[in-house]
Amino acid sequence: MRSLVATILLCLTFAGPVMAEPASQSVLPNSGETKAPIRIGLTPVFLDNQTTFVNAWRAYLSKRLNRPIEFVQRASYREITDLLRAEKLEFAWICGAPFVRYKNELKLLSVPVYQGKTTYRSYLIVPASDKLTTSIGDLRGKIFAFSDRDSNSGYLVPVYELQNLHQKPGSFFARTFFTWSHRNVVQSVADGLAQAGAVDSYVWDMLAIQSPKLTAQTRVVHASKEHGFPPFVATRNVPPEDVELMRQTLVDMSKDAEGARLLKKLRLDGFVAGNEHLYDSIAAMIHAIAEN
Amino acid sequence: MFRNLSFRYKIPLRASILILFTATVVAGAIMYHAYRNLKEDLLANSETLGRVLAHPLATALLHDDLWHAYEIINSPFSTSGDDNTQPQVIMVLDAQQRVYVSTQPRQFPVLSTPTAPMHELEALHEAVAAPSITSQPIQIPGSDKFFILTPIVSDNVKLATLVTGYSNSMFLPRYYGIARKAIITTLLALAVLLPISWYWAWRMAIPLTQLAKCMGRVGKTLPEIEECQLYISKDEIGQVGTAFAHMLEQLQEKEVLEAQMLHSERLAAVGRLAAGIAHEINNPLGGMLNAISTLKKHGNADPQTTKTVSLLERGLGQIQNIIAALLVEAKLKSHPLTVQDIEDTRTLVLADAHQKSAEVVWENDILETLPLPSTLVRQILINLLLNAIAAIEPRGRVRCHIYRDSVNLFLRVENGGAHIPAERMAYLFEPFSPVREGGYGLGLWVIYQIAQQMQGEIVVQSHPGETSFVVTLPIRERMS
Repeated sequence: MRSLVATILLCLTFAGPVMAEPASQSVLPNSGETKAPIRIGLTPVFLDNQTTFVNAWRAYLSKRLNRPIEFVQRASYREITDLLRAEKLEFAWICGAPFVRYKNELKLLSVPVYQGKTTYRSYLIVPASDKLTTSIGDLRGKIFAFSDRDSNSGYLVPVYELQNLHQKPGSFFARTFFTWSHRNVVQSVADGLAQAGAVDSYVWDMLAIQSPKLTAQTRVVHASKEHGFPPFVATRNVPPEDVELMRQTLVDMSKDAEGARLLKKLRLDGFVAGNEHLYDSIAAMIHAIAEN
Repeated sequence: MFRNLSFRYKIPLRASILILFTATVVAGAIMYHAYRNLKEDLLANSETLGRVLAHPLATALLHDDLWHAYEIINSPFSTSGDDNTQPQVIMVLDAQQRVYVSTQPRQFPVLSTPTAPMHELEALHEAVAAPSITSQPIQIPGSDKFFILTPIVSDNVKLATLVTGYSNSMFLPRYYGIARKAIITTLLALAVLLPISWYWAWRMAIPLTQLAKCMGRVGKTLPEIEECQLYISKDEIGQVGTAFAHMLEQLQEKEVLEAQMLHSERLAAVGRLAAGIAHEINNPLGGMLNAISTLKKHGNADPQTTKTVSLLERGLGQIQNIIAALLVEAKLKSHPLTVQDIEDTRTLVLADAHQKSAEVVWENDILETLPLPSTLVRQILINLLLNAIAAIEPRGRVRCHIYRDSVNLFLRVENGGAHIPAERMAYLFEPFSPVREGGYGLGLWVIYQIAQQMQGEIVVQSHPGETSFVVTLPIRERMS
């Protein structure tokens, strides 16, 4: 069960409830006899093997909303983002970066609260055997693992930091690659496949609890400044009352026993409505990189 | 060394060596084939694994998705590990022979050229550089490693090479398991077969060793056949045993014959000597007796002379008698033997028998006249009977049986008196070897000489309680 939780954490790009039929008119629980399922996008890698947890959460949400819930998992952030933009999902748990990038098409649904805050950081990690590296600037000519091109903590932050050193990853590193999930970044650094990587602080912390042997093979060199925690978002065409209902359901999770139990597994304090300005720091980085 | 070993050990040793050799060869063949099969299985599995991995790897390489490639090559290791056909290392080498990705990134880091840690890979590099798009195994000389190279192909273009590295030692534990079973089975079989073969072979050698031991004694002595415990069968050893027994019999017969011949020759020599001396004595003796006779007739001898001459005459007469006895000259011209002649003999000895109160059991089967010189036959019979009567205790019994077959007359005389000791038997028929106290020892000599001259033979058997003499005389149709 612990590992299930860890997996989920990695995918900050959790999509929200997803509707199987894009043409569904309403997500409302009481909208009619024929209730199309709500489709929630999740970045899949961590949840693939967490079927028990996902099923429990789905049952919980389904019961709360009185609607069938369908979780949609894909191999990368981009595929979930694309499904969202194509309105083939109603909700999704995604990363801050794609939310900022497609702000016009998405609405902020809610923000998880982790250790009392709605923020997290990006960790720069190296193998535990590497005792010398102190910053990303020491990693010239190394092999570097990103989590996903659309990830804030796993891509945007290290690229931005390199840019501050007037470097680009393609020339600064000997080789970079994407692992498509934060957990795999940790795994690749632990195995020695990559000599450094960027990972979501929430995921690394969860892994440190779930799989201490794995994280023990890595060393956190540097933690970035805080950024907005990966949010739940909704597509623009979801009726506002449905958005509000889903948001309330998430926010209320901490108020009942079952919801609290599920949150505990995710090691989250709960959900809050959140504020879009939470993601201004990410927007600034995107802007800075685009300008260069 | 081995040549001189007894068959008792040689045969079992040979059987054992044969069994050991067979067991070794069989066990060796099983182990060799097990090794070959395991190796072939391993190669086949490896090539299959290579092909299975190469296909998804092509997609990952086209997308330059290193992590995906890493996951693919790690998939064989995800099944937890008692599968001893798992490769040791899997790597993808790009066209420049650099590591694109490997399952042991610390040893073979991304972008490195696998040289220093894999110096044995000269052959590997050549094979990777070749444009071949079929998979092939590469055995590294002098190393227990081997590699399967599987090209990663997309649209008939070789993108990279998948290298799966194996160690022969990986399947050695399994091989040792098979080998251990083979060896244990072989040892069990040996534990059963060796004692059995040893016992059989030992049994087989026993008749030979007994035969050899018995044959070894021939020469010094003539062993009795019964002592040899010869092996009775129709096989070769049995045949040799039978032939040996036959030979022993013949040797014994020959020995008996030789002893008889020796005996006869000695008697003949003694006879010639006695006859020669007797002749030489006889002539002057005849002259002396004639002279005495003449002196008695014509001489005027005073009483003293007459007495002296008489003494001389008696002494010379006695000498003449002995000489006459020695010079048994068969007077072959005699009338044929009648039944009456035989019966007269009985009458002649009865007087002596009466003196000892002896019983003479008389069985005469002869009912007709035989063409044999009667005087000689009677002389033989009388001498035998008188000897027999003399030999027995008072009130003893003598049996005389006279009978014939178509060619011989048999005179058989038995008595229950003291038997003739073996040491005297050899000299029995020699002159002056008396069988009883007081005799000259010429009776049997005479019998022997007569029988000899009539071409007959004498058989004597003497055991305590019974002594028998059988004289066999050939009957000729016409008396010469």
